[in-house]
Amino acid sequence: MSAQGPTLPRWLAAPALGWLGVFFFVPLLVVFLISFAARGTYGGVTWTFTGANYAALADPLYLRIYARSLALAALTTAFCLLLGYPLAYYIARQPARRQAAWLVLVMVPFWTNFLVRTYAWIFILRTEGLLNTVLLDLHLITDPVEILYSDTAILIGLIYGYLPFMVFPLYATLSRLDPSLVEAAWDLYARPWAVFWRVMLPLTRPGVMAGCILVFVPALGAFITPDLLGGARTMMVGNLIQHEFLVVRDWPLGAAASFVLMGMVVLGVAAYMRVERMRQSS
Amino acid sequence: MAEHSVEMRGVVKYHGTMLAVDHVSLEVRRGEFFSVLGPSGAGKTTLLRLLAGFEHPDEGAISIDGRSMAEVPPNLRPVNLVFQSYALFPHLTVFGNVAFGLEMHRVGRAEIVSRVHAALDMVKLTGKAQRYPSELSGGEQQRVAVARALVNRPSVVLLDEPLAALDLPLRQEMQMELKAIQQQVGISFMCVTHHQEEALTMSDRIAVMDSGRILQVGTPREIYDSPVSSFVANFIGVSNTVTGLVRTVQRAECSIEISGLPPIVARCPQRIAAGSRVTVLVRPERLILSREAPGVGVNALPARVMQALYSGKETVYLLRLTEKLTWKARLSSSEAERERFQVGEEICVAWDPQEALVLNE
Repeated sequence: MSAQGPTLPRWLAAPALGWLGVFFFVPLLVVFLISFAARGTYGGVTWTFTGANYAALADPLYLRIYARSLALAALTTAFCLLLGYPLAYYIARQPARRQAAWLVLVMVPFWTNFLVRTYAWIFILRTEGLLNTVLLDLHLITDPVEILYSDTAILIGLIYGYLPFMVFPLYATLSRLDPSLVEAAWDLYARPWAVFWRVMLPLTRPGVMAGCILVFVPALGAFITPDLLGGARTMMVGNLIQHEFLVVRDWPLGAAASFVLMGMVVLGVAAYMRVERMRQSS
Repeated sequence: MAEHSVEMRGVVKYHGTMLAVDHVSLEVRRGEFFSVLGPSGAGKTTLLRLLAGFEHPDEGAISIDGRSMAEVPPNLRPVNLVFQSYALFPHLTVFGNVAFGLEMHRVGRAEIVSRVHAALDMVKLTGKAQRYPSELSGGEQQRVAVARALVNRPSVVLLDEPLAALDLPLRQEMQMELKAIQQQVGISFMCVTHHQEEALTMSDRIAVMDSGRILQVGTPREIYDSPVSSFVANFIGVSNTVTGLVRTVQRAECSIEISGLPPIVARCPQRIAAGSRVTVLVRPERLILSREAPGVGVNALPARVMQALYSGKETVYLLRLTEKLTWKARLSSSEAERERFQVGEEICVAWDPQEALVLNE
């Protein structure tokens, strides 16, 4: 693809690049260097060069945290996709004016602080909370369900928090999907599921992938949700990093944990892009 | 086998409060090229969508191949639609597009390959099977869309303005080709168009439609030569019209009085009595222009040449008969060469009374 219109001067990109360079890239470099340093006796950083921090992360204790984070992020992505696709399709097929109203509704939760919204979930999910009260009153359950402070609670919180990130890119591709293509498949004897698998999904794949990346990456590094909704023993990588930096004050180990997380994300996205390129060239 | 591929009985369809299809009854005979001709907004596309199953009639019944289509979803109907925008699947090759319907019907692989290639040969796309739709010209895309429908051997192929997106020379070529393909495969075609020439050249029968209603059904010749209303006459080809009062009826001829002009004589249909108001229609190509008044037995009106439009194969003259009445005369090149008229010239417009059509108002 080539850009349209006149060639723009390069300095238009300079302010943003400068900002990112000073406030993102330089700190990132510092953290990278710290990940190879050693922990000082009273916190702090002793400047040596060692791979010990990375080696320490191979401990099964940490590996379990990474595995749990990957599983929770993957489940979050899957549920967001399952919930978000029908919603995005529904919105995309509404009259133009109603589409805008729907999109605002999807966005409304962002108007409230994320922390406050997560606290709200505590009130919903706790033993004497809204969910249990309603279920008990309806006689659907006899004993309150213990959801809060479990992986299920984290999952619910993550799905809630990241669903809009799935809906927006899906809406963008679905609203550009020519409705007559869906009708054509239907007319050519495709049953509704075949219409979805053979026509809609292949044509909206970019939106699906964008949505999955936008949900998976932040979900993998989430720390507020697991901190508030998860139990004392259910840590995610985000909590581990926070814990190492702020509680244990082992900055080098925290830095190494951050870079392993980043490495996982970069490798995942790179693998996806490679697969996409192969698909396109075949 | 049912005699009719398509039968619609008293079909009514509302879009909101707007009546899109108003008690339409028609049938498409087996193996026939049937066109629905009408201006945009006449409800033609709705008619096709009702047959394809994307919309459901509010009243009336539709049957295809003698089988009622009530409650039958599009994927189970023996029809295939050629969309106006072609609606080719951009992520599939030409082969993948044409094979789609067969794959959905779980036809065997070997049969799919042979039928797809036969269909592509028929629409002259041999060797383009591995291309993607975006790599094809508009005309080629149109052929893929036709092949994608034909390959399934449906009871009827529905075509929604099939040639509208093509430029003129290609459109004329495709008109002949579509007709040839339809005759070759013997499948009924139901084509919706707003283009009268397209409908006239391709169709076995035409239904003229306006505001959701069918105004007339007949062969192209019937529609062209004996339109039932001035709307049909105008739509099927530009007509010159003038209204007047019937003064006398003598055998099959009537004399008609027109305000501001000499009386004219016309072939008089039945059911018209002296004193009725009528519209007289004369086709532009049936007018004879001359400097001197012609002999008796011919209608002749004075006119002033307003404009002469030369377009190679013909010359169109705009003629002013009265302040409010402007007619067109269409002269073939050989006719026009014989005598050229200048803008502003006072001439005589004449026609054989047999050529004029009289419609009751």
